[in-house]
Amino acid sequence: MADLTSDFLGIKSPNPFWLASAPPTDKEYNVRRAFEAGWGGVVWKTLGLDPHIVNVNGPRYGAIWGADRRLLGLNNIELITDRPLEVNLQEIKMVKRDYPDRAMVVSLMVPCEEAPWRFILEKVEDTGADAVELNFGCPHGMSERGMGSAVGQVPEYIEMVTRWAKANTRMPVIVKLTPNITDIRKPAAAAKAGGADAVSLINTINSITSVNLDLFAPEPTIDGKGAHGGYCGPAVKPIALNMVAEIARDADLVGLPVSGIGGITTWRDAAEFMALGAGNVQVCTAAMTYGFKIVQEMISGLSEYMDEKGFSSVNEIVGRAVPNCSDWQHLNLNYVAKAKIDQELCIKCGRCYAACEDTSHQAIAMSDDRVFSVKDDECVACNLCVNVCPVEDCITMEAMTPGQTDPRTGRVVEPDYANWTTHPNNPAAEAAE
Amino acid sequence: MADQLSAGIVAGRLSPEELEANFADLHPRLSDHEALVASDRCYFCHDAPCITACPTDIDIPLFIRQIATGTPEAAAKTILSQNILGGMCARVCPTETLCEEACVREAAEGKPVKIGQLQRYATDTLMAAGIHPFSRAAPTGRRIAVVGAGPAGLACAHRLAMKGHDVDILDAREKPGGLNEFGIAAYKTVDGFAQAEVDWLMQIGGITWKPGQMLGRDVTLEALKGAYDAVFLGLGLAGVNALGVEGDDRKGVLDAVDFIADLRQGDLSGLSVGRDVVVIGGGMTAVDAAVQAKLLGALNVTLVYRRSRARMNASVFEQDLAASKGVRIICNAQPVAVHGNGAVREIEFAYVDDDLKETGETVRLAADQVFRAIGQSLEFDGLAMDGRKIAVTGAGRTSMDGVWAGGDCAAGGDDLTVTAVAEGRDAAEDIHATLGAG
Ligand SMILES: Cc1cc2nc3c(=O)[nH]c(=O)nc-3n(C[C@H](O)[C@H](O)[C@H](O)COP(=O)(O)OP(=O)(O)OC[C@H]3O[C@@H](n4cnc5c(N)ncnc54)[C@H](O)[C@@H]3O)c2cc1C
Ligand SMILES: Cc1cc2nc3c(=O)[nH]c(=O)nc-3n(C[C@H](O)[C@H](O)[C@H](O)COP(=O)(O)O)c2cc1C
Ligand code: SF4
Repeated sequence: MADLTSDFLGIKSPNPFWLASAPPTDKEYNVRRAFEAGWGGVVWKTLGLDPHIVNVNGPRYGAIWGADRRLLGLNNIELITDRPLEVNLQEIKMVKRDYPDRAMVVSLMVPCEEAPWRFILEKVEDTGADAVELNFGCPHGMSERGMGSAVGQVPEYIEMVTRWAKANTRMPVIVKLTPNITDIRKPAAAAKAGGADAVSLINTINSITSVNLDLFAPEPTIDGKGAHGGYCGPAVKPIALNMVAEIARDADLVGLPVSGIGGITTWRDAAEFMALGAGNVQVCTAAMTYGFKIVQEMISGLSEYMDEKGFSSVNEIVGRAVPNCSDWQHLNLNYVAKAKIDQELCIKCGRCYAACEDTSHQAIAMSDDRVFSVKDDECVACNLCVNVCPVEDCITMEAMTPGQTDPRTGRVVEPDYANWTTHPNNPAAEAAE
Repeated sequence: MADQLSAGIVAGRLSPEELEANFADLHPRLSDHEALVASDRCYFCHDAPCITACPTDIDIPLFIRQIATGTPEAAAKTILSQNILGGMCARVCPTETLCEEACVREAAEGKPVKIGQLQRYATDTLMAAGIHPFSRAAPTGRRIAVVGAGPAGLACAHRLAMKGHDVDILDAREKPGGLNEFGIAAYKTVDGFAQAEVDWLMQIGGITWKPGQMLGRDVTLEALKGAYDAVFLGLGLAGVNALGVEGDDRKGVLDAVDFIADLRQGDLSGLSVGRDVVVIGGGMTAVDAAVQAKLLGALNVTLVYRRSRARMNASVFEQDLAASKGVRIICNAQPVAVHGNGAVREIEFAYVDDDLKETGETVRLAADQVFRAIGQSLEFDGLAMDGRKIAVTGAGRTSMDGVWAGGDCAAGGDDLTVTAVAEGRDAAEDIHATLGAG
């Protein structure tokens, strides 16, 4: 069993799996159960000033499902904690006292003035919490009141509030970013400029999951009306991964610790975020879908993977894929591959044929007795057939070796790397010296 | 009170409650949830092999996708536009040798998509809503006689009516439906579904039902030809093959099809069945007679087939069903004599190899009731024949101009409900095209 101990900003936890600030971390009862189940840490449900906010009394969630009604995307219109500040602070203190080895981070959201930030930071410090996370991400409800993503969408505000927070506490400050912007590097840079110890991302994405076609109203519908919510769950993982990688690759942001969030459901998702630069990860929807027990699979899975790879610390995964995260213009245009269909595994559904014939390159042949085979002289190796095939590993991409002739282009596969920047078709190509 | 041990052919071996349980729906309609889960498994294959395997070419991936997206009534229309008896076929088709055998998920995991049950889900939903989704074209003034109200005749009549022709359906019986009504096992089509389906089909309009009209007895082919613009024969196979052995006429030796027809029409607790029943044959009729005799309360039911198990016409699913109900299956034995004193007491079989060569050994089985299920035959002449069936070319054209035939009575194709529907439908299209041209 590999050592999964995590050290994020000096905050120790037995594993890098934290629960994100959300209903799973809303109160003492939940957090104790989460720690008993094995979670390494929690970011407590966002606290605000009294009088506490209220939530709607109708449905808060909408969803997108895959086959077998597997939940793929979840949307919510829930606000921050709807319980009094003192109640939350008392509970945080008691839980931290009983679980000193777990990370206890407290999420905060108060109006955009220094006084309320000073006020609440003092209170949180008294609980013995390890750090605070500034919620600049919530995209609904709170943003209408000038908080949450209303702050997160304006880099100047991010920098200003982060500075206040740093000035008023000894605790590490994590800034949680909203994805509802065009370039994630800008808010991340603002957080860094304000002195943030780390950023966490992503918060939820503005979304309407579905429309009720009888009521003609967005779901979830409250008395005939709906409002946009925040989208999360497996569906947002690719968006979140890209944003984490953008920050990890940016020269000015190098070294800024990242806590990865967004659609993490399995140990593998977590490892992928870490490989792209996240020092640890936070989970919400997966826990809300399957319960706290999933952390057991995350722990055993990551541990087995690390043993297999011979990694002795989770830090060996962190950022390992960043150097291979490139730009399109630097991809090797001399690399040539062809799709290959394993006839033993093929179940003859013909989906590869429909996809390639109707929408791609007419590179799959179909015989009268339903044998499907790739026409190497047409295949551009786009990977669509691999992606639509229902059988794992039935269609694979085989790289051609240098010296072979690509039957599609009639050109010999070159051994050397060459990219778009020097390609003759590129009007801006730099002539090779 | 009789019970299972009572000797002879008696009624009331089981309580009404036991009978009701035994003859309950074999595969009840899927719930909404089950249908969603089942439909999610369809891969929406390109040029799907299941479509090719269906004799009526139903666009299966399309109708399953329509179920998956919450529109079962649209799914039903997809089904019914190819197969107007899609509801019955969903219940009786041997899907394990048709669409589901071809399903790529049978190849992938040995678990095909539940096509038959999904088809039933869709068609039941539509019919429960009382919707008949087809309407008639403008009247053509043409009149067509359809003889036989089985699946072939009904499918032909509906398609012709849809095209705007006026159709008279003549049948020797008092009730329409053919073997849907008188042959199919009771547990496959419960709650009077066969009649309900015919009533629903007739909603198209333009079809006149003429019961008690037997071709050859009440009316001749010549007369029909004179009175109508075209004639379609969907006569099925009304005759029953004899055993041709000594004692075949003893009391207690019966035709399986008659026993089954009584089962479908009568009150189950009033129906008599033997204690020791022997069924001779290896097809669907033999299995249905054996299984239903067992379900009625017969103590011992043995099905005896003259060739090996692999050559039985009944599908593996049917054979397993029989075995699971407690029917004993003996293969490679052919009847040589029916013994008894007036009534049958024993039946004697010779063991034979697959070429029916006797091994020299025989076996006797106790029997107070014996069912013949060794095939049905056509009782009709006047047209060119192909073996024992009416010879046809193209879409059911017989040797006589203006006369078409389809279903079990016509040569070619398996003797299945779905094949009869396909042939009836295609003949209708051909009749329509021919009349239009004339
Ligand atoms: C016991 C049994 C069980 C079966 N189980 C299945 C099953 O589970 N699945 C399946 O797919 N298939 C099954 N079959 C086969 C299926 O029932 C037939 O293939 C199908 O019914 C053939 O349809 P048809 O319209 O050609 O004939 P039929 O259904 O036989 O209908 C013929 C009609 O013509 C009428 N008729 C006959 N002669 C005359 C005449 N001279 N004048 C007027 N009317 C006449 C008859 O009264 C009848 O109504 C079974 C058959 C039997 C016997
Ligand atoms: C392979 C691929 C290439 C695309 N190229 C373009 C493009 O050139 N221009 C464009 O406006 N949208 C492009 N799109 C986006 C689509 O038009 C569409 O907006 C997007 O796929 C979202 O719709 P969908 O997920 O429902 O398919 C592309 C999408 C795909 C999958
Ligand atoms: S990789 Fe793309 S082009 Fe090649 S066969 Fe597959 S779908 Fe067609």
